[in-house]
Amino acid sequence: MNIEVFLFFLFGIVAAVTAVIMITRRNPVISALFLILNFASLAGLYITLNAQFIAVTQIIVYAGAIMILFLFVLMLLRPESQKKFFELNPKTKIFAIIVAFIVFAQLVYMIFFASPSANISKDVSKSVEAGTIEAIGRELFTNYVVPFEAAGFLLLAATIGALVLAKKKFD
Amino acid sequence: MTITIEYYLILSAFMFLVGVVGVLINRNAIVVFMSIELMLNSANLTLVTFSSFLGNSIGQLFVFFVMTVAAAEAAVGLAIIIAIFRNKLTVNIDEINILKW
Amino acid sequence: MRDLIYLTVILPLLGFLINGIFGSKIKNEKLIGIIGSSVVGISFLIALGAFFETLALPVEQRQKIVSLFSWMAVGNLNVSFAFQVDQLSLVMALVVTGVGFIIHVYSIGYMHGDRGYWRFFSYMNLFIFAMMNLILADNFVLLFLGWEGVGLCSYLLIGFWYDRKFEKSTVADASKKAFIVNRIGDFGFLLGMFLIYMTFGSLNFNEVFSRALSFNVPTYVFGFIAIFLFIGATGKSAQIPLFVWLPDAMAGPTPVSALIHAATMVTAGVYMVARTSIIYASAPQIMMVIAIVGALTAFFAATVGIVQNDIKKVLAYSTVSQLGYMFLAMGVGAFSAGIFHVMTHAFFKALLFLAAGSVIHSMQEEQDIQKFGGLKKYMPRTHITFLIAALAISGIPPLSGFFSKDEILWFSFANGGLFFWIMGAGTAMITAFYMFRLYILTFDGKERFGKDKHPHESPSIITIPLIVLAVLSVIGGFIGIPEVFSGEHGNQFHNWLAPIFKDADRKLAYFSMHSHTTEILLMVLSVVFAVSAIWFARYIYLKNPTIATDTAKRFKGLYNLLWNKYFVDEAYDAVIVNPIVRTSSSFLWKIADNKIIDGVVNGSAKLIDIISANIRKLQNGVAQFYALVMVLGIVAAFFWIILSL
Repeated sequence: MNIEVFLFFLFGIVAAVTAVIMITRRNPVISALFLILNFASLAGLYITLNAQFIAVTQIIVYAGAIMILFLFVLMLLRPESQKKFFELNPKTKIFAIIVAFIVFAQLVYMIFFASPSANISKDVSKSVEAGTIEAIGRELFTNYVVPFEAAGFLLLAATIGALVLAKKKFD
Repeated sequence: MTITIEYYLILSAFMFLVGVVGVLINRNAIVVFMSIELMLNSANLTLVTFSSFLGNSIGQLFVFFVMTVAAAEAAVGLAIIIAIFRNKLTVNIDEINILKW
Repeated sequence: MRDLIYLTVILPLLGFLINGIFGSKIKNEKLIGIIGSSVVGISFLIALGAFFETLALPVEQRQKIVSLFSWMAVGNLNVSFAFQVDQLSLVMALVVTGVGFIIHVYSIGYMHGDRGYWRFFSYMNLFIFAMMNLILADNFVLLFLGWEGVGLCSYLLIGFWYDRKFEKSTVADASKKAFIVNRIGDFGFLLGMFLIYMTFGSLNFNEVFSRALSFNVPTYVFGFIAIFLFIGATGKSAQIPLFVWLPDAMAGPTPVSALIHAATMVTAGVYMVARTSIIYASAPQIMMVIAIVGALTAFFAATVGIVQNDIKKVLAYSTVSQLGYMFLAMGVGAFSAGIFHVMTHAFFKALLFLAAGSVIHSMQEEQDIQKFGGLKKYMPRTHITFLIAALAISGIPPLSGFFSKDEILWFSFANGGLFFWIMGAGTAMITAFYMFRLYILTFDGKERFGKDKHPHESPSIITIPLIVLAVLSVIGGFIGIPEVFSGEHGNQFHNWLAPIFKDADRKLAYFSMHSHTTEILLMVLSVVFAVSAIWFARYIYLKNPTIATDTAKRFKGLYNLLWNKYFVDEAYDAVIVNPIVRTSSSFLWKIADNKIIDGVVNGSAKLIDIISANIRKLQNGVAQFYALVMVLGIVAAFFWIILSL
């Protein structure tokens, strides 16, 4: 077993398990914390894929900003804890889980039907090259500069929107 | 054994569906939002996987934009929840159902 | 002038439109009457001109087709609005427009003061339009248009006073009865038309009749066509079994009875049989049926007429009886004799009705002859004209009725046999009897009316038409003097119409093996019968009126049977009408219409309501539910993709 396999299984299992735990907690703050753990393991996965920039951005933006925002809102609103997981609408919940499982089965089938590993083999040097910040930056500011600017506008709009929606009315 | 691409794809599919289940099951609106973020992340994982295996940086570039949008959407969504909370004093989705027949 | 024959159709239509649309605004009765009458009068002049023009032509050129426009041209079917001007249609046209014009003029005076005056004249003009279409048509479809049209006008005119009571029911019921019974006959006519088209591939008279000779068609097909067309004729011309509407039709104003139910519409059936003579000649069994029906109708209607007390009812049954004569003539192959009787009957029957109208008006709408009597000194002109008409219908020479009736009797003996002659002669005797009973009870003998009645002669506008018709009743027969008297001239009327019937005559191949002596003998016999019947009537009603009432009491059953017209109406009611009404109201209305049809219509609306009420619940406002539905959609989409991989 080499380090690559070990790291994948480590980060992968943590990601999967924390995801499941996240959705089944009664206390939403606990859910938020487990989600942070999930994001961290995802960042690890990105590293194994040689995507350094994305890994770092994941920690900074997701775990560091978005989840903090969620925690702030949670503490501000102080919602009451939910009842036990399977107490309310057990039928709907089971139905939803079954449906999701069916979709999962379909996706797995489709993935294996397409058998990508027969067509794609990893070229390590190329993948390292692709994950560097220079490569991404070169693409971002030359071919994709319009989406970049649009993303800027989007952030501006979101900022103003969030401000307007959440502020107290002046009486 | 080597980690082929299917491993990452199946992991990302699993995370996506966990997020779907989370959206369908939870009654707290904020936890629903967090499940949505989980779904977005699984999409990011897929993108990065393909980018790495194909040696193309376009995938990671796209992840950049997804994160941007996710951040904006989380901000605005939470602002809406705060506004609703001010009126109804609850974040329970079952009680926010006035847009019905 | 023949080219202008279409004007005889269009002008009455114009009169109908003018009086119909503007009539209620024209306050001047005279103007309405003039418009109504003059269109018919001009049509008569045009027909007269066409007649003289045709008279001057050699026989082969006497038929002319005047086409207005092509009506239906679909596949093999080519029907035009076209008129056939030939000897037969000219005779009918002259009778219709001539007698029609006289009756219109009479109506100007008779309908005076009626609040529907303009409506009356517009309907009358519409009737003339339809009737002219019927007799001038050159194809079955246009004939049927006229056929239905006269039925409609009969309904409109019978029900002219639609808000009045009539005998045991209402005027509206009487007009409905006429229309519905007519319709039953029309159904038979339609079947005949369909068969004709199926067999001969055309509906044009000339084409059908030439193909009737040249095509190889089995006799039974001719038989079916003939019987179906004849059923239509029994409806329109009031024969057994569809005569029941004619006595009820007396609910209408008297000029209507005169024009439609005496002179013209009811003769449409006779005309139709004459026109399609070749078809009947090819189905001799049906001709026998027609002769029997005609003879029976003539006899039995006459017996009913003996005991009726309403002056118009007597005349109505008399009309049914005389129509029976015409069909008897058709049935024994004496086509031109039947048409001759149509003409003379139009003269004296119209006269009888109009004179009756004059009496009714002067007796303040009283119609019961038991309340008349001795009117001859108050209404001289009406009296004389009525007497002339009564003599004509009884077959007293040298009036017109004698010539036409005797020709029919002769041919029924020569072509048909003794049975038909006996029925015919018997009917003639009864006719003379009831006619003079009517005459004596109305104009002669003691006065049986109360002090409140002041009978007086009607104004000239009414009596002049009576006089004209009386003159025609006297001289009208001279164009049909039989061979026995006129020698080498032959029967002029018969010769005029002979080319129309030559194919039928040739097919029937009757040969007159009887001598002239037999003919004269039979003629003398019928006159003797008629005179003795008149004498008998005078003996009873003038000299010993109690004989009548005593006989009625002694033979109460028979009297009842006759007075209730053999209970035919009651029988129809019980067997046909009431079951239909009950089925309609209990089953067809309550179940088929209310439950089934309304159920389907309302039910489909309700179904949509239920479906939508349930689908609406899908929008419950819970976002997670929508998300669930989306996921379900994704499942379905993935399945579809997987299946197509």
